[in-house]
Amino acid sequence: MTLEAFADTFVPGEKRSPDDVAVAGAAAGPGAVEAGAIKLLETPATGVADGLDDVVSTLNDHANSYAAEHGISLDDAVPAFVALDYEHRSALMRALTAPDHPEKEFWILTALFCFMAFDTAAHMDTVQAMEAGHPGLQMMGFAKPDPDGLWRFPDFSYGRQLSRPHPDTTPNGDPA
Amino acid sequence: MTTARATGSTSAEHTDIVVIGSGFGGAITAYHLAAGGAKVVVLERGPWVPSDEFDHGFELGTSSTRIFDFVAGDGMSVLGGNCVGGGSVVYFATMPRAPHFVFERQGSIGRRMWPSAITRDALEPWYDRVAEALPISHQTWERVPYPGGLWAAACNHAGRTANLPNVAIDTSLCTNCNWMMAGCRFDAKRSLLLNYLPAAVSHGAEIRPLHEVQKISKADDMYRVHYNVIDDEDYRETTGSGVIDAKIVIVAAGAGATPVILQRSEAELGKMPHGVGRYFSGNGERLNTAVIDEDKAREVLGLSRPDGRAYEANQIGRGPTVVTWDHVDGSLPEYSRFALEQLYFPPGLGTILAQAPGVEGRHGWFGPEKKEMLRHWKSWLTIFILAEDDNEGVFGPPPPTGNAVRISQQMLGRGALAYEPTANTLHCWAQADAEIKDILERDGLARVRPWTNDLVGAYTVHPLSSCRIGDDPATSALDHRHELRDHPGIFVTDGSAVPCALTVNPALTIAALAERAIPGIVLAAQERGIPVKYGAPAPDGATSAARAVSSLVPSLVAR
Repeated sequence: MTLEAFADTFVPGEKRSPDDVAVAGAAAGPGAVEAGAIKLLETPATGVADGLDDVVSTLNDHANSYAAEHGISLDDAVPAFVALDYEHRSALMRALTAPDHPEKEFWILTALFCFMAFDTAAHMDTVQAMEAGHPGLQMMGFAKPDPDGLWRFPDFSYGRQLSRPHPDTTPNGDPA
Repeated sequence: MTTARATGSTSAEHTDIVVIGSGFGGAITAYHLAAGGAKVVVLERGPWVPSDEFDHGFELGTSSTRIFDFVAGDGMSVLGGNCVGGGSVVYFATMPRAPHFVFERQGSIGRRMWPSAITRDALEPWYDRVAEALPISHQTWERVPYPGGLWAAACNHAGRTANLPNVAIDTSLCTNCNWMMAGCRFDAKRSLLLNYLPAAVSHGAEIRPLHEVQKISKADDMYRVHYNVIDDEDYRETTGSGVIDAKIVIVAAGAGATPVILQRSEAELGKMPHGVGRYFSGNGERLNTAVIDEDKAREVLGLSRPDGRAYEANQIGRGPTVVTWDHVDGSLPEYSRFALEQLYFPPGLGTILAQAPGVEGRHGWFGPEKKEMLRHWKSWLTIFILAEDDNEGVFGPPPPTGNAVRISQQMLGRGALAYEPTANTLHCWAQADAEIKDILERDGLARVRPWTNDLVGAYTVHPLSSCRIGDDPATSALDHRHELRDHPGIFVTDGSAVPCALTVNPALTIAALAERAIPGIVLAAQERGIPVKYGAPAPDGATSAARAVSSLVPSLVAR
């Protein structure tokens, strides 16, 4: 649940059900969680899968400290980070990924895979992800491949000169 | 072809020449030296991937991660190739020649950074050799993909010029799929897999993929190159190791790796020149992403596709195709010169650092506004800045192996490069950002922001200068013949030899310098008893550019 709330902070989605507490509902449409962020984070090839327990415990420690610092009382029924509302989750992640934070690289690396789950579906074959209507690729308008699974764009050019070249261009087409 | 020789208690393989790396610096030297008669072994840390294994896909483990490396440093992340063919397999094949003024740059050292022997004019015949070999061709407006067309039209609307740079692409074969960072499935991109490397192999050069060189030591009168064999799926794993002895070693592992190998060799080879691992340049690179207002693209620029859309074509094309060189101008002061090139970066690397327009401060790279920006991904236009930086990168102590501590099975690693942009570099970037904003936000055409440097520092796809040529031993690791100072018989021919940022894409200059270095390397090989001659034609047998350089050879072997 903490990991879902973490992923949802970067690419937020709408709640999957009325009682969804991990997804904060900060944006319309599916976000990183529904796009498969947890599945990607748990993929051994990422190199972060073995450290996810640390991500969860450290993040909740930070959330408790953040709540104490800001006088926020947390719901004990859910992990501390999940108990924060979206604005506070977002503020905490901005702090943890700030240039001067000692754990910055750790959090950015983990966030990277949350983004990749949404905008590349890196845990799936891309052609299958397109066929399955992967929410990130679909929302971005990623084009469908040809039947052989390769992309080609026969309509690709305005087909006309749209600017004059630099006057100092050499006859070979290089800068002078 | 190699043979074994007895060296004390062990039996080591030996050959005439070992080439470390198979990108431009390695492939070009391997070809000429093999064609000239030397026994050449090329050690390449990445896999050897045939065209039909270049995937259209983002899944971890496909060619997009097999052949590509992203090494995060402290203030600078370096993106590069990791395969046989090196950068030529993953790059966008944009091949301009560097402008005249670049060769006169002084940077912060108070004297010309380039060797006195090298100017644009002096390099022209060597540019010609590469142009003939790859080959390089002109683009035409009829085949410029939509994003390039949009950038040209926006530049024109703002009173700027825009050019079609030359490319190493056969556009008649190109499908404009924009998967070229994962390798070209259609062999439209004229990578080194199609010219220098097969020609080198046909002349007997042996290419060994997944052989990552760790260091160089001495073995009697030869150099001993130490390598690990890397697992073909999990690059964090080593499956073996070995050594090979050679009379000449060419280091061409790329500007992010060459200095690391040399640093690690210092304990056994002796002190390295001061310039090894210093003066790194990211080629002044930086990106901005704009979200185009489709209605304005139609109304202001008069653009329309056959289906009636104005643009919505971010995904279509072949990387960068149109550039404005208005600020590639020698009359401007140093640190105010830059090219602005339309570019495509695939999602993932190309989306995370982009910041949502209209969000103030550091808050634009994630959250609801960023998601809204992604919803308009088809209307993105990304502009690539190639500016003048200050050669401020410095490599720290080498990691245990390779040039990075690998985090993921493939692609992601943590390296030892530190880069803190100086006021000069920041000034140049700020001017370039402002110029992009002026062009693209004019008349409401788009909203634009630079990518954040807060997450992975600055970033470059064109690492340079970390072991550079020059006349001054205090600020250059190599002499003008690319020989490592105080270590005769070791040559460096990759991007690390280029003295400074070029304000244009550097591959052609790297390649031309490698071509220019060959006569000197051949002489050094002959002096060590290797039966090798200089004078091979282009890989396909063409001879006009080869004939044109023959009169220049004597000047290149002078020390």
